[in-house]
Amino acid sequence: MPPVLGVIFDGIAYGMLLFLMSVGLSVTLGMMNFINLAHLSFAMVGGYVCVVLMNTYGWPFFATLPVAFIAAAALSVVLERLFFRRFYNAGELPQCLITIGVVFVSIAAAAYLFGTDLQPVHLPAYLNSSIKFGGLDLAVYRLVLIAIALAITILLVVTVEATRFGAQVRAAVNNQRMARGLGIDVERLFSVTFALGSGLAGLGGALAINMLGLDPSFPLTYVIYVLIVVAVGGLGSIAGTFAAAMLLGVADMAGKYYIPALGSVLIYLVMLVMITWRPSGLFGRR
Amino acid sequence: MTSETIAGPADAGTDAAASPHGHLQAQVRWRWVEIAFWLATLLPFVLTPDYLVLASQIAIAGLFALSLDLILGFSGIISLGHAAYFGVGAYTAGLLSVWGWGEPLSGLLIAGLVTGLFGYVTSFVIVRFRHLALIMITLGLGLLLQEAANSAGWLTGGFDGLQGINTWPILQTLDFDLYGYTAYSYSLAVLFVIFLIARRLVHSPFGLALRGIRENNHRMPAIGAPVHSHSRTIYTLAAGIAGIAGALLTETTQTVSLEVLGFQRSADVLVMLIIGGTGRLYGGLVGAVVYMVARDQFSGLNPQYWYFWIGLLLIGVVMFLPTGILGGVAFVAERLKAAVARKRPWTKAP
Repeated sequence: MPPVLGVIFDGIAYGMLLFLMSVGLSVTLGMMNFINLAHLSFAMVGGYVCVVLMNTYGWPFFATLPVAFIAAAALSVVLERLFFRRFYNAGELPQCLITIGVVFVSIAAAAYLFGTDLQPVHLPAYLNSSIKFGGLDLAVYRLVLIAIALAITILLVVTVEATRFGAQVRAAVNNQRMARGLGIDVERLFSVTFALGSGLAGLGGALAINMLGLDPSFPLTYVIYVLIVVAVGGLGSIAGTFAAAMLLGVADMAGKYYIPALGSVLIYLVMLVMITWRPSGLFGRR
Repeated sequence: MTSETIAGPADAGTDAAASPHGHLQAQVRWRWVEIAFWLATLLPFVLTPDYLVLASQIAIAGLFALSLDLILGFSGIISLGHAAYFGVGAYTAGLLSVWGWGEPLSGLLIAGLVTGLFGYVTSFVIVRFRHLALIMITLGLGLLLQEAANSAGWLTGGFDGLQGINTWPILQTLDFDLYGYTAYSYSLAVLFVIFLIARRLVHSPFGLALRGIRENNHRMPAIGAPVHSHSRTIYTLAAGIAGIAGALLTETTQTVSLEVLGFQRSADVLVMLIIGGTGRLYGGLVGAVVYMVARDQFSGLNPQYWYFWIGLLLIGVVMFLPTGILGGVAFVAERLKAAVARKRPWTKAP
């Protein structure tokens, strides 16, 4: 049986990934009520950008991360301008359908360009090692991952809590119409937030390759996890999303280690109970 | 004579609108297009006898889409996990056969009842939610069932599918042949019977109440309509129909695999319904024909690439034809009618 602390460590690393990939969705959903099932297509774009830059052009791993962020953000702006913005005031059905369409197209495009195999990733040796700490083997990569995610979380919280932009975002999430009334350009704000959130997803996708693997079905496989995080954490709440991501990461990891026979059944069951019990999320206010 | 009996189909828009009964009666009358449609479903026997297996698959997909239309198109309940009910029906029929009862008609009935019961139980949760929570719950339910079926290998055969299904001849005479002659006749007959029931249902006062719930589920209680119990009823019925569709697939193909429960199937049926047009009963059927024929034509393609075109089609339909093919056709027909009426003003009612 694996040590409890080791499982918790892995779970936290996994949770950090989930947080990076879902925080953008949480904020944009909270602001515009736009259900974007294609959010993880941006994560996949980040992942493939990272793989191509590393394997074809020989870039170092850390240099690819900013590019993954920018590529995902840029693509999201294009899609938002072309398709998504026409559906902000439509019902949830058209929103679901158009984003599922984007997911299908992105999966097929990835399969066409890169094949359906899992992408190999060659990390530098020092990232593949592990250090001993109090009788635990801690993988360096996961430590780095946790550090990066924590740094981004702090940056996000500071941005949202202490800057003018953050204040506008909070206002728009709280009450979109009131924010408009105060002269905040919610459309523009939303575009910027959408791009930032998608960029974070792209970064998460790049960081996820080593832990979760990357193949064309990525956007469909993990979208449910991201949706769980968003729904449990409560729309538009960064702290709630963070807590939910940690909770889900550790719980899923523990389930897979200790009761592998159940597979993901446990997670889906917990989610169904949770949403039925508190539809606005564990930490949500609405 | 009351105004209801005077109100003919020609002036259904004016007089009948005044009385709900007249409105419903005008809708329930069979139109020529409908009769032509159902006659056309017999054409594959004559024109394309080599494609009867495909035709039976289309009939089954159409039945499944019809069941989704009842909850999505008529009651506004969005589901991204409708395959859960299709799968339960498919596995029920499969297990019955494996356990030694391969009689098809009673198999369908039992599968429909079991799935309906499952739908009834889940409906208590489903009808309480809307928006994101509803999407998550239906999605989660579908994934949960698929994972559960995968884990319960002793019952479902797990990843390999259920082995040893044998469907007996229908009414002990019609054996399931290789060319799908029986399969298509059987699927089409079942589809037609259930379609008649669904048609009667949506044109009843109950169906009218459902549409009211779809349009505004906050105001309906104000006129005394029990929103939750109506929604539960239609959800249970739709689940049962989906189960019958699943059982039909099991019985005609004599196989069941985990794929019947997959998200892909839930997405497929949604795409079919959207392409055809929601809330029109025929939308799912037309969508099933278009989708399945196209997929058959492109079957040489890697399934991954097939979803590229489906994705593009979905985006295109949602952006440019939000009411689906039938909605588009109805729009054009209205325009034509209006144009003709403008040219010949004397035919217009004074």
